[in-house]
Amino acid sequence: MNQMKLDKFCLVGAIAALLALIFPLAGVDLDTGKQVAFVGDIPGLAIAMALCVIAGAAFTWIGVRSVLSGTVLLAVAVFGCWQAVSTLYDHGVAGYAGTGFWLFIISLWAFVWRGIDVIANYRSLETAKQQTANVIVPVAFGMWLLFVWEVLVAGFGVPQVLLPPPSMIGVRFVTSTDVMAADFYQTFVKAVLSGYVLGCGSAFVMAIAVDRVPFLKRGLLPLGNMVSALPIIGVAPIMVMWFGFDWQSKAAVIVIMTFFPMLVNTVTGLNAAGKLERDLMATYASGYWSTLFRLRLPAAMPFVFNALKINSTLALIGAIVAEFFGTPIVGMGFRISTEVGRMNIDMVWAEIALAALAGTAFYGAVAYIERKATSWHPSFRVRRH
Amino acid sequence: MTLKEVVNNVASMPASKDAVVDIKNLSLTFQTADGPVYALSDVDLTINEGDFVSFIGPSGCGKTTLLRVIADLERATGGDISINGVSPEQARENRAYGYVFQAPALLPWRSIERNVTLPLEIMEISKEERIKRAHDALKLVELNGFEKKFPWQLSGGMQQRASIARALSFDADLLLMDEPFGALDEIVRDHLNEQLLKLWARTNKTVAFVTHSIPEAVYLSTKIVVMSPRPGRIIDVIETDFPRDRSLDIRETPEFLEIAHRVREGLRAGHSNDE
Repeated sequence: MNQMKLDKFCLVGAIAALLALIFPLAGVDLDTGKQVAFVGDIPGLAIAMALCVIAGAAFTWIGVRSVLSGTVLLAVAVFGCWQAVSTLYDHGVAGYAGTGFWLFIISLWAFVWRGIDVIANYRSLETAKQQTANVIVPVAFGMWLLFVWEVLVAGFGVPQVLLPPPSMIGVRFVTSTDVMAADFYQTFVKAVLSGYVLGCGSAFVMAIAVDRVPFLKRGLLPLGNMVSALPIIGVAPIMVMWFGFDWQSKAAVIVIMTFFPMLVNTVTGLNAAGKLERDLMATYASGYWSTLFRLRLPAAMPFVFNALKINSTLALIGAIVAEFFGTPIVGMGFRISTEVGRMNIDMVWAEIALAALAGTAFYGAVAYIERKATSWHPSFRVRRH
Repeated sequence: MTLKEVVNNVASMPASKDAVVDIKNLSLTFQTADGPVYALSDVDLTINEGDFVSFIGPSGCGKTTLLRVIADLERATGGDISINGVSPEQARENRAYGYVFQAPALLPWRSIERNVTLPLEIMEISKEERIKRAHDALKLVELNGFEKKFPWQLSGGMQQRASIARALSFDADLLLMDEPFGALDEIVRDHLNEQLLKLWARTNKTVAFVTHSIPEAVYLSTKIVVMSPRPGRIIDVIETDFPRDRSLDIRETPEFLEIAHRVREGLRAGHSNDE
């Protein structure tokens, strides 16, 4: 086998780690005039750098071909990341990171890139193995991004008001679970879910009516279009005046936001059944409702789920923005607007993380139901012979 | 056997008592932005019980339109038509016919079995009966064992057979087929033609069959209706008397070739008319 082709990523990793051992680890403390820390004083970091040199050199020659070698590479990188973070916080390098430190981060970047690349290209016919690989890739990549964020913020000493490190956000997240749970319950469970169900449900029923009654199609659809163009910033305070400070006004904003996407998609979906299929139902003398339930609604399902997915993210945005315009002293939007004023930026970020998690989980749940309900659709078909 | 004995023109024959489809002086005009389109004009035709009638002609000659008028999927603008003695609309309400389209038109979210039971479901037949009939219909088209598959897991020929099973499932006496094998390759087509003939010979159904293949028309039919376009009209009706349980071998016989020749002559005459 011809293995003489050098693995460039591992080569970059090895050279960067080697240079990291040579270049100064940290900058000079302005008060004392001395360097803050030396690699020689931090055995863990020294070992991690040495490991990177050795592993990098070795894999440059062998090449990274199997998942096993990719995993070894990732393991070395994880150890390196741990040592890098520990150097920042335990050895006072935070805010004073020097050339050597950043070279080490570059080395880690090369290893992580190569390791994830191998797993991303993994193909297996065994579903369980393939799914594991499919999960590992985004998780590993996300963790790497968090690490880079942490290291950049701490290494350069970025003020916390501008951007807190993820560890600080994480700590805030974990220590204020009671507040966050109350906010989540208020905003997501009360406002988002009820508004979503009301908005999507009423639009679905209205779509069937619009489809049945021609004058609604001519008259209501253009009006619905206008409603969807209303700026949420303008509507939210009015809804608060109409429906009060509590979740009802937020649900009303969500109904306005979600109604139109659902209406238009369902109306389109109801016309998705082909002429041939409609003729087929006509030859069976199938009535309106029979044709609706047996042909047109199933054919409309891909469109309906499209709207449900769009609305799942719209609803959360609507609720959070609407809470800026008056709310009882609980809720994700309320928390964000008040904590910004109090310069508690870590709390703001924790709420943003919560919103991202809730939004992703909501979307994922709808997408999962879609996959189960429309498994016949060409985009989900699995050939089972 | 002479040509005269095999073939006799029956365009002017009076409607017999057991006429399933009786069409008199039928015309259909579509109003379009470019002016009226005469899809059918002055069509007279009788289809008797047990007949296998093929409609053949070039594209745009109205053969599919005629079938759709029989099925009440289009309305005639002039003349008379009755199916089993009632109007096409009444016949459709009575579920008097099974219709097989050019494409299988199977619903992708239903398994093959549930596709075949679809008309039975609409006709509110009990579940046990539905499953039993679907089983029988699928057996007729040799698709037993594929009940739980989904349409997209089957080949094109199998899908079309499933759609025929669906048309057979509620046991209508009249079968309307609009180029059902048009999109299939020659071998599959021959096979399905044979199966269709066997089915017809066994069940004594009346079949109206649209095609643009001359051998297919001659092989299958007891009566061949040759049509010509602009305006769509019937220019020849040819009756054949091959035995009901004919085999593909008859395609080599002189009688077969003579009828095919006459059909081709008719098609050619129809073409020269509009030039």
